[in-house]
Amino acid sequence: MKFGVIVFPGSNCDHDAYHVISKHVGQPVDFIWHRDTDLSEYDAVIIPGGFSYGDYLRVGALARFSPVMASVKEFAAQGRLVLGICNGFQILCEAGLLPGALIRNRDLHFICQHVSVRVETTETPFTTGLRAGEVLSLPIAHAEGNYVCDDATHAELVSEDRIIFRYCDTGGELTEEANVNGSRDSIAGICSRERNVLGMMPHPERACEDLLGSSDGSGLFRSLASTLADAAR
Amino acid sequence: MKAKVYVTLKSGVLDPQGKAIQHSVELLGYAGIADVRQGKYFEIALDGSLDEARAREIAERMGRDVLSNPVIEDYRVEVEG
Repeated sequence: MKFGVIVFPGSNCDHDAYHVISKHVGQPVDFIWHRDTDLSEYDAVIIPGGFSYGDYLRVGALARFSPVMASVKEFAAQGRLVLGICNGFQILCEAGLLPGALIRNRDLHFICQHVSVRVETTETPFTTGLRAGEVLSLPIAHAEGNYVCDDATHAELVSEDRIIFRYCDTGGELTEEANVNGSRDSIAGICSRERNVLGMMPHPERACEDLLGSSDGSGLFRSLASTLADAAR
Repeated sequence: MKAKVYVTLKSGVLDPQGKAIQHSVELLGYAGIADVRQGKYFEIALDGSLDEARAREIAERMGRDVLSNPVIEDYRVEVEG
């Protein structure tokens, strides 16, 4: 199995993602410059966090026009796995690969802290090894993580079990206070209808080593790797 | 010729920046303010090779495809000669 980490001008979590795949998942991984368009050798691509194009115009808006994004759309349409983290989630929404949008946090601040995130479903290639209801401690670092969508989209996300992570308190309860950025329905991560594209604001790739304060993110990457290993069998 | 594109948040979308601005101007003593919404304004200079109808068409398309996100924003175009 082979992973690709897409690099835009302004990406800054690309090395974290690369590190996790190479050291923890133990699989080959390449950086993919945003002007490259050949994704044929990859089984999964990660769109990392950062500030692509300086967040100009809107977060994630300009990255969507990079040449690689047409290939990512095709890649996703083939059912291959796409994981967008933080700015990667914002880019996936702008590109129309995931519904909704991410706007300025409710209290306007850039929030950089570990938060509790509840796993809502294991029915995705990214969460098979986790438990539904499990509470993960993952860092967030964003000013625009406030997930919004219209009522019809929200109803669809709920009925199709596509809300994958929600902000919660340490006990797993959904509260106004725990929903740090004001996201609709405490949404921290969603997947596509075909379930092969996941976007999330928290950073699992920054939480794979106890030294960094939490290793709760490693289950997601283990799930991803075992899904790919099963598929290759 | 110049195209002007105004991008505004849709009415149902929360605008925390507008709220903060409203709060600040109220602190300054401005009374009677019901709401503040922040938007974006783009001026696109056109090189004269396009007629007005074509300029409007291009500006409309840019407004829709690039300058606004239809999930959260509306846009409006003006072309002036």
